Amino acid sequence: MAVIRKKGNKEVPPISTASLPDVIFMILFFFMTTTSMKETELRVHFQLPEATEVQKLEKKNLVSYIYIGQPTAQLQAKFGTAPRIQLNDTYRTPEDILDFVASERDNLSEADRSSMSVCIKADKYTRMGIITDVKQELRKANALKVTYAASKSLGYY
Amino acid sequence: MAIDKRKIPEINAGSMADISFLLLIFFLVSTTMNTDTGIQRVLPPWVENITGEAPPIKERNLMQVKVNQFDQIQVQGKLVNLSQVKDMAKEFILNLGNSDELPEKEMTQIDLIGQYPVSAGVISLQNDRGTSYDMYIRVQNELTKAFNEIRDNVARQYFGASFNELDEDKRKAVQAAVPSKISEAEPKNIGGN
Repeated sequence: MAVIRKKGNKEVPPISTASLPDVIFMILFFFMTTTSMKETELRVHFQLPEATEVQKLEKKNLVSYIYIGQPTAQLQAKFGTAPRIQLNDTYRTPEDILDFVASERDNLSEADRSSMSVCIKADKYTRMGIITDVKQELRKANALKVTYAASKSLGYY
Repeated sequence: MAIDKRKIPEINAGSMADISFLLLIFFLVSTTMNTDTGIQRVLPPWVENITGEAPPIKERNLMQVKVNQFDQIQVQGKLVNLSQVKDMAKEFILNLGNSDELPEKEMTQIDLIGQYPVSAGVISLQNDRGTSYDMYIRVQNELTKAFNEIRDNVARQYFGASFNELDEDKRKAVQAAVPSKISEAEPKNIGGN
């Protein structure tokens, strides 16, 4: 068991700081992994619908996002509560989707253009009218791969 | 006092690095990057001024699913609950009894599987402008679930594993055997509004 040492008159040794870099690196890595870069500022509020048969979005750089929902609480005083379409950073009309898709497609390399896809993030309480308009425009823009964003649920609704 | 004069023993800091690595690994494993998930669909290409009739689909090969502005679901002219949609879709695609009213099947040669009766059935989903997006996604989800369950069955029957466990080639074979034919019809106002 414990060996009782004779208490001598030794100097207090300094606490080793050799592991400090490790600790700092750990914190650094932690923040590096958890922070996700925010590309766009959300100007619409949405609560995604739930579904059980969802698939993960792959190759995120090939995905363009279209947000549909009511303006966020701060912006409601100015823009009202009617559902809006957000492309990049601003509210847009369905007619702007053609240009949006064209510019997104231009940003991709030649080889990736055919596999471009569009993710529609819409609030579950929106009506299908505005989404149908968006879908029609996407068809016109020949962006046919569409993902309806939904959060994974276990299926007890 | 006597206690104040005692020397403080050195704290062994050698294991600090181990502890920090342990924590690092713990956080790495437990934090989930919020990945986007969703239901994937391919829209039909845009056709400028539809001329003439659409390519005819035999009535037996078409299952019409309509959702009106009150979020009521109608399948083949009957009002149904959301929970019934999946089973109706499965029954329609599988046509186990080879009934005359359910879709025909065509024997097709598929790599890795061989001859397989591929259903010619198409599920057409129509919604109203007033349908809620939530209900639309739920119906899409049920239809996807129907196809996924059928694919799973085929995968188990031919390869002895569920669809998600298969490798790329086998998955393609199963997809060819059970093509996901969900068509999103041209928008119409159904149920009037």
